[in-house]
Amino acid sequence: MSILQVEHICKSFGNTEVLKDISFSLEQGQVLSIIGSSGSGKTTLLRCLNFLEQPDGGVIRVKGETLFDAKDPSTLKESAVRKKRLHFGLVFQSFNLFPQYTALGNVMLAKDLLAKEQPDYKARKNEIQTQIKEQAEALLEQMGLSDRMNNYPHQLSGGQCQRVAIARALALQPDILCFDEPTSALDPELTGEVLKVMKELADQKTTMVIVTHEMAFARDVANQVIFMDDGRILEQGTPEELFGNTREERTKQFLSRFMEG
Amino acid sequence: MQLFMEQLPIVIQSLNVGFLQTLKLFFVTLIGAIPLGLLISFGTMSKFKPLSWLMKLIVWVIRGTPLMIQLLIIYFFPGLVFGVPIWGGGENGRFLAASVSFILNYACYFSEIYRGGIQSVPIGQDEAGLVLGMTRSQIFFKVKLLQMIKRIVPPMSNEIITLVKDTSLARIVALQELIWAGQAFMKGSHGISGAIWPMFFTAFYYLVWNGIVTVLLGRLEKKLDYFQ
Repeated sequence: MSILQVEHICKSFGNTEVLKDISFSLEQGQVLSIIGSSGSGKTTLLRCLNFLEQPDGGVIRVKGETLFDAKDPSTLKESAVRKKRLHFGLVFQSFNLFPQYTALGNVMLAKDLLAKEQPDYKARKNEIQTQIKEQAEALLEQMGLSDRMNNYPHQLSGGQCQRVAIARALALQPDILCFDEPTSALDPELTGEVLKVMKELADQKTTMVIVTHEMAFARDVANQVIFMDDGRILEQGTPEELFGNTREERTKQFLSRFMEG
Repeated sequence: MQLFMEQLPIVIQSLNVGFLQTLKLFFVTLIGAIPLGLLISFGTMSKFKPLSWLMKLIVWVIRGTPLMIQLLIIYFFPGLVFGVPIWGGGENGRFLAASVSFILNYACYFSEIYRGGIQSVPIGQDEAGLVLGMTRSQIFFKVKLLQMIKRIVPPMSNEIITLVKDTSLARIVALQELIWAGQAFMKGSHGISGAIWPMFFTAFYYLVWNGIVTVLLGRLEKKLDYFQ
């Protein structure tokens, strides 16, 4: 069974239809890249998966559990949404690190707050704290930031910030890690270091949904690619199919612009 | 000169008593207005429109009229119009009425500063917190509050320095604060009358106190410099 099933998602802002009947599924350990021009609805789709936007219609299932069904009001409650979000992690284009916390603090904060809700937190406080800290340190090390753990975000480069943001998202062990144009705010050199850790995550079979303009990365790392245009999925398939054997004229036109450069 | 040296200790002692009352009003106003301002700012930002309108109306009226009028109305209105002098007589009653006026007035100014501070924290901070499974209140207290405080320290410093001097308005309801104590020597107090210099002398108290306040707030600002 697919880890993620998205069926018939629709979303409008006012009279503008941003997502029109989006359906796809994703297998555990696979990487899905979503490509398409700006304004095609890629980011809105990711935001719907993370419950930052509520779709007007459709169903979202993770591991067979229905997290969202526009027809079932019990799945729409704000209180229920919070726990559901934990199935997903989201890495933003603009990092959105918490400026008053160090790199380590950023990675630990949410986990720490969740741990406080456990009934036995008080009794095992030190043990839990140590555990959270060790896990955060290991994640930052994995991101190549062992020597940056105690730096504040403004002391880090954009690429380092984004890697902290990835560690922060991983700390909650989401089923699916989403990226919203994670390298769009970075120069080519810094882009490379972020893509490198994302490639490593893919190699470790982290399930990921990546909205990106890095076509070469999408082609090399993704197992599945979706091309979106005007709120629809125009074409989807393996990277070989989409990049090597493009069916739609619109997709060819879009890709040609990237491949030239 | 000799007379001045004789009068000086008497005047200073009397001004100190007045200054103590000034300080009391200053601190009571801060302690009351800082949290009340936060409640009002949440009110004006509420999605429940009637509440938001009501709060905006209150802020408009309070900020749109002189504090001196508010003092007079709050102090005299209950007794003169309803025949219920709720503040009681004497210095305690005057202090209570002045405190209520100042807290209400300053809370409205603070609320607008808070609103600006809260709204200037990027929405991405909320979203980052939400996708990490944090509750709205966790996001406010653990993520946004400190960023907001950092942003509002300079405008709050401005208001707090103004408050130091505004306390003198309480003179209008005869609260025995610093100006009142200085002015008393014109009419006659502690055996001195017709002396105007004690009132001018009060300016040093405000100036020194504001110097201290400025240094303390400057330190707070510096303390929050560790992040951007």
